[in-house]
Amino acid sequence: MQPFRKHKGKVAPLYRANIDTDQIIPKQFLKRIEKTGFGQFLFNDWRRSAEGVADPSFVLNQPQYSGASILVAAKNFGCGSSREHAVWALSDFGFRAVIAPSFADIFANNCIKNGVLTVVLKENETEEIARRASETRDYKLTIDLEQCSVWDDQGLTAGFKIDEFTRHCLLEGLDDIGLTLQHQAEISAYEAGHPVPAAWKS
Amino acid sequence: MPKTLFEKVWDEHLVATPEGQSPLLYIDLHLVHEVTSPQAFDGLRAAGRKVRETKRTIATVDHNVPTEPRGTPILDPIAKRQIEALQQNCREFGVRLYDIDSPEQGIVHVIGPELGFTQPGITIVCGDSHTSTHGAFGALAFGIGTSEVEHVLATQCLPQRKPKTMLINVKGKLGEGVTAKDLVLGIIGKIGTDGATGHVIEYAGEAVRALSMEGRMTVCNMSIEAGARAGMIAPDETTFAYVKGRRFAPTGKDWDAAVERWRSLASDPGAQYDTVVEINASDLAPFVTWGTNPGMVVPITGRVPDLPPNGADRPNAERMLEYMGLKPGTPMQEILVDRVFIGSCTNSRLEDLRAAARVAKGYKVASGIRAMVVPGSQKIKQAAEQEGLDKIFQQAGFEWRESGCSMCLGMNPDILSPGERCASTSNRNFEGRQGRGGRTHLLSPMMAAAAAIEGHFTDIRNWRFN
Repeated sequence: MQPFRKHKGKVAPLYRANIDTDQIIPKQFLKRIEKTGFGQFLFNDWRRSAEGVADPSFVLNQPQYSGASILVAAKNFGCGSSREHAVWALSDFGFRAVIAPSFADIFANNCIKNGVLTVVLKENETEEIARRASETRDYKLTIDLEQCSVWDDQGLTAGFKIDEFTRHCLLEGLDDIGLTLQHQAEISAYEAGHPVPAAWKS
Repeated sequence: MPKTLFEKVWDEHLVATPEGQSPLLYIDLHLVHEVTSPQAFDGLRAAGRKVRETKRTIATVDHNVPTEPRGTPILDPIAKRQIEALQQNCREFGVRLYDIDSPEQGIVHVIGPELGFTQPGITIVCGDSHTSTHGAFGALAFGIGTSEVEHVLATQCLPQRKPKTMLINVKGKLGEGVTAKDLVLGIIGKIGTDGATGHVIEYAGEAVRALSMEGRMTVCNMSIEAGARAGMIAPDETTFAYVKGRRFAPTGKDWDAAVERWRSLASDPGAQYDTVVEINASDLAPFVTWGTNPGMVVPITGRVPDLPPNGADRPNAERMLEYMGLKPGTPMQEILVDRVFIGSCTNSRLEDLRAAARVAKGYKVASGIRAMVVPGSQKIKQAAEQEGLDKIFQQAGFEWRESGCSMCLGMNPDILSPGERCASTSNRNFEGRQGRGGRTHLLSPMMAAAAAIEGHFTDIRNWRFN
């Protein structure tokens, strides 16, 4: 996994509440059996018409947000389906972090596994960042995971909290299957005391 | 210290609690489907890993399968490739697969309980958010992403932060025509689509106790729509009666020992929850959603709500109404539908089909409406046909189809056209969920059947049953 330590990047504002994973990556694109190539379909039904024509009013189609690597959204981002394809699409498109007042649980877990940072800030802070990103050309933020802090060049700073173990995994880019396998002996001991039910063995 | 149902199951499954790391939870049952697993199996292959416990892993194809008669070729080559990938992966890694031609194929959350794999007190995961369904049995069951699917395949464990607990206590009895679906829609309407984020919900109270297992599954299924990690209901005689005799359930002495163990799972008196929500069953009505998230519910006797005052919420509401093609103040019963879908992991079980058939019996689907019934599994389809439900539906003009997820998410050919309005027994009314531009209204199977016949939403409490 790609580690996340400190990142400075352009911010794209998509300040809507309850953006669900069906919007982030519509279901017609879930049939691929690879992890790659989902970026082209990110927010597909919001980005382009059924005929494939780009909607110029959609933020990710606006040239000033080209190359954005930080997305700022309103509360409950990533709700709905567990599809990790949503994170693969964000990541493949170039996003390293999403900032919002709250995230849905499964989506946030999926982000961690892919080195995408979810930054939870207060509602007024996210609103202010979204406003600055809308009004300031080439608006950039720095996100520092070591310091758990976010700042811009105009004097805005905000701190965020993150589970310590999650932070450690992101900073180091750890493969957590490898970490679990370090507990091989404990897993085997647990299994010895909890065998597969007899009826399931057939 | 008194423990909740959730805490008992959680504590029982802790493999390790390493310092400074998330606790490691043992997973008893891993359900797998074609959409969220191919990249996980690829990961195993790349790392040279095996499936640690093949007997705890079961797979089926449900999301992509066409619901036309079995044997109809799958025309979408990418869907076909995904189904073939699962077949290949199950062969290679030795995983049990209920394939497209199996008499036990069905929606993963329908066949788990049906086959007796889903049992009280166990931990269950699946790369699917509606895994919360299985909590109806007092199991701890939650949805995971594909990286976690790979993790469980490789280790049979998951590192998990301990969630918070929420008690939803439903007092009193549900009224006539008010179903488990209305109960859970009412709950989501009250607490919101992020009301239970970070929590495992336990549903309790008289109205929950009175529900059948099918009803309990409907309620737990939609826990995720309130943002919950999982939903659980303490097992009781209703649960034991459902599980007993199923193919993968314990038998003989094992059964007796299991029931004794399961009886001890109920939350202890005095157990504490992080959050408590009280609901009066008598406040609930048959509900219909009007917007593009499952929290946007109104009673059938209600109207499309007015726009909120100018402020942050207004653009969202305006957008929602525009997408849904609705005006504030429109009575819900005047809204015309184009399509009706009875199915999905929320409402495709025998009890759901019986309830819808009871409404449809002796009536005809209104002209111009296309209505389909998609049983949750092959076994349900067969059981329904033995009771003659297929005939009731077909005589009324409903399509009677093969099992799968179908139009709940439209990954197979069952989709809405842009602008079409659908009365749907599924679980999500998100933009485009049932097809790009499609407009979804969530409701109970009885209400859906009644809408098909009337051509608009109608109050099931006034229905004249034949």
